[in-house]
Amino acid sequence: MSAEKKVVVKICTGTLCHVMGGSELPELAGHLPESIKPKVEIKGMTCGGFCKDGNRKPPFVTINDVLMEQASIEKIVSNLEKAISDDAE
Amino acid sequence: MTPNNLALLTRRELLVHLCRMLDQGTILDEIDRLPVLMRPRHNQPIRCCVHKDRAILKYKLMALLAFNVDDETDELCQLHEYAATALKREKLTPVAMTVVDEACSSCNQGSYEITNLCRGCDARPCEVNCPKKAVSFADGKARINHDSCINCGKCMKECPFHAIVYQPVPCEESCPVGAIEKDDTGIERINFDKCIFCGKCIAACPYGAIVEKTHLVDVFRAWKSGRKVVALVAPAIAGQFRQDLGKIYSSILSAGFHDIVEVAEGADLTIANESAEWKERMAAGCQFMTTSCCPAFKELVKKHIPEMSDKVSSTPSPLCYAAEIARKRFPDAVTVFIGPCIAKRVESYYLGSVDFMMSFEELGALLVAKGIEVADLESHPRPERSSAQAYHFAYSGGVAGSIVASAGSSVNAEVINGIDKKSITLLKQMAKGKTDKNFVEVMCCEGGCLGGVNTLIRSPQAVEIFKKNLEA
Repeated sequence: MSAEKKVVVKICTGTLCHVMGGSELPELAGHLPESIKPKVEIKGMTCGGFCKDGNRKPPFVTINDVLMEQASIEKIVSNLEKAISDDAE
Repeated sequence: MTPNNLALLTRRELLVHLCRMLDQGTILDEIDRLPVLMRPRHNQPIRCCVHKDRAILKYKLMALLAFNVDDETDELCQLHEYAATALKREKLTPVAMTVVDEACSSCNQGSYEITNLCRGCDARPCEVNCPKKAVSFADGKARINHDSCINCGKCMKECPFHAIVYQPVPCEESCPVGAIEKDDTGIERINFDKCIFCGKCIAACPYGAIVEKTHLVDVFRAWKSGRKVVALVAPAIAGQFRQDLGKIYSSILSAGFHDIVEVAEGADLTIANESAEWKERMAAGCQFMTTSCCPAFKELVKKHIPEMSDKVSSTPSPLCYAAEIARKRFPDAVTVFIGPCIAKRVESYYLGSVDFMMSFEELGALLVAKGIEVADLESHPRPERSSAQAYHFAYSGGVAGSIVASAGSSVNAEVINGIDKKSITLLKQMAKGKTDKNFVEVMCCEGGCLGGVNTLIRSPQAVEIFKKNLEA
């Protein structure tokens, strides 16, 4: 990955994710450590239909198009830190 | 407790299923199977075993169908039988919440405990500083004799290894008025002579053992009967979805409501009448007057600070006025208040002019069950019958601001943002005349109604979203 390419986080803004634990996720930007902030791009996405599969647990986000279930701010941040440090190696 | 936890998500999952079964008319066939579907046999159990997990869900569902768990007379009575009874009932009861004893884990009485981090040091400050000689040593480790311990916490403060912890009973600790206690079997019981319906225990219990009874069966019945069902919507709704208010209103209408009456419309009458009442009281030489819109505060005064009763405004709440408006505008309709808290559920029961109540959380579950995407809807125009000022009733400080705007700058307001043990002490002092303020706004939840216990977003963010929404 080139230096200017950012890790893309897409947060589902659908009603189901909002009700089932995801209502705070759009605040992600305020919780990113300064060290990784410039390397992350946060986007919203309309319902991606992940919830239609009964075995998957909301709320959903994708990080570089990889799905994360039961997302929380903490989980996203630690995942991003890992993705960015892997990238730096 | 963080707002997102698995006990809370279990409740929401149950609510979504309940709405879905009621919507599809399959509740009698499906409800007994739901605990089995949600806690399948080979999954890792949460409590001791999958059977316990299922029993807990059964009794939570019984509570969500608006039965008191205590009222069970036959343990073999199945959920479909409760649902059938609920589908025929003509009346609700004022009891708004119930303890699911199966889920209550009978937490140890709040106490200081020595953990295995104790190193049995030479200094032994825990033993030396204990005023009741409750700490002793055996096998090189400290132990506490709970019969003589007075829970002063000195041992914990003195331990250089942080090896002593305080373990609370979360529900009891959260209750500002000491209304929840263990019975002889160790299960928590709510004392309704003391309870102010703030709902803090519901949010605090890590087992989700205290459940607010819902009117979902009754609302769906009204829909199925073909009667018009009108939503009375609390202003705090504007902070509950990250969508504009018009889309939120569209989603409420799509869910099956015939029309919307904004409770803010009633708030305009409350502002006008409360300001006039304040002026009259000041002219009559009264020291101060408090707000009357928060029903948990009114319960607090009635049950714990009766000496303050004559200071509480006698002006009806915004909901009370809005319900009267709805009755006149839609004489044949069933009215459902959509709001943020349990205290309001109790208020709407006693008002008599509101038929049912649906919490913001239940509204969210209803939208999910019906597959309604708020973001995808066309924005419904606001009714434009209420002033912007009226919407300020949703957050702490807003009511005082509206009264200042209406009654003038001679209003010297104190704002009590959240009822807890500390603010209760302060209110008791005020009741004795120890204040230089002439108007006191009290909201039970921190942040105001936007921080209510049944909200989908907690208060600091909710207030921000709310304000942005109203500016738009």
